[in-house]
Amino acid sequence: MTPLDFEYLRKLLKERSGLDLTAEKQYLVESRLTPLARKAGLSGIGDLVQKMKTGAAALTIDVVEAMTTNETFFFRDKTPFEHLRETVIPALLQARAARRHLRIWCAAGSTGQEPYSIAMCLKECGPPLTGWRTEIIATDLSNEVLEKSRAGLYSQFEVQRGLPIQLLIKYFKQVGELWQINPDIRAMVQHRQLNLLQDFSHLGVFDVIFCRNVLIYFDQQTKAGVFTRLARQVEVDGFLALGAAETVVGLTDAFKPHPDKRGLYRPNRVSPPSRAAGMPSPRAAAGG
Amino acid sequence: MKTCLVVDDSSVIRKVARRILEGFNFRIVEAENGEKALEACRLELPDAVLLDWNMPVMDGYEFLRNLRRMPGGDQPKVVFCTTENDVAHIARALHAGANEYIMKPFDKDIVTAKFQEIGLI
Repeated sequence: MTPLDFEYLRKLLKERSGLDLTAEKQYLVESRLTPLARKAGLSGIGDLVQKMKTGAAALTIDVVEAMTTNETFFFRDKTPFEHLRETVIPALLQARAARRHLRIWCAAGSTGQEPYSIAMCLKECGPPLTGWRTEIIATDLSNEVLEKSRAGLYSQFEVQRGLPIQLLIKYFKQVGELWQINPDIRAMVQHRQLNLLQDFSHLGVFDVIFCRNVLIYFDQQTKAGVFTRLARQVEVDGFLALGAAETVVGLTDAFKPHPDKRGLYRPNRVSPPSRAAGMPSPRAAAGG
Repeated sequence: MKTCLVVDDSSVIRKVARRILEGFNFRIVEAENGEKALEACRLELPDAVLLDWNMPVMDGYEFLRNLRRMPGGDQPKVVFCTTENDVAHIARALHAGANEYIMKPFDKDIVTAKFQEIGLI
């Protein structure tokens, strides 16, 4: 890959997805796009870039998807799910006792491991959530990963990373050599294609937003902008969960860290978020 | 230093498991079947057992049942590591007292994740 090829890809990815590729990420481009080039019958990344320059829209989408698909596994990092079980859900069970409705957004739902981990957490809560309406909205830039998420089919390797064996036999069934998450868990998750750089106010307001390990690829200014817009989509007493290596500190005042739960944040305001005209209220949003 | 008893009739699997677990500072004891594994447990109870299912002389399931009946035999964390990859086998293993279950083939990430899951790493 020539420096000019890299520069072309860097600009395109920044514009389309917010991905901030620094020079040391060249290896990432080569490792992800070389197989894509070969699959398209091209000799390498140089040819791939040439073809994209001629206006090959489908190929450009494939490139953006290949570069923005991140590794994920069930209950990744464990701690956010402990926070969900031990802090977030108990708080919301009290705060939402009257409306008995929870809305959770996975802003980088990827191939489904995170939204389904959240769904399993909610199921494991048992009776306290019986009769509650729970919505989990999983969004991602890539339609390809959303398709995989919708299918809920995982390889033996994928189900062994992070998923306790008891939950595997409780919530999955074997389909040949694959494992498929049960229909009741799948039905708890709605999928939407979404670019975090674009307006997402139409999704409505959430009690919890998981936005983990996606903003790390954005530059500081883009991150700050996304945080400001995320803050408008979370309830005053809601929560934001970020990845282990992420923080809002120094980027935005829209959120403040939870005093003793690392990776968990609360909105830094006292008035309810303003709802755009025509935006669904939490109650009116499509149910799972 | 924690001890892990690796029980498998395949010397290759024992070697691979040894390499992975020594990387996490485990002292490794090896046994090629359930009977030899029980003898090892009578001498010294390990902190963890990585256990194959199908082995000659005594299989992993019988070993686990015997281990759990021994004085102090409820203490070691047992992780099955087997080609028996169906729900019925997994449920049977958990019922017999297994703490986790690895379906072969496995890699370092899976062993790490499973050992973390039960607090061994």
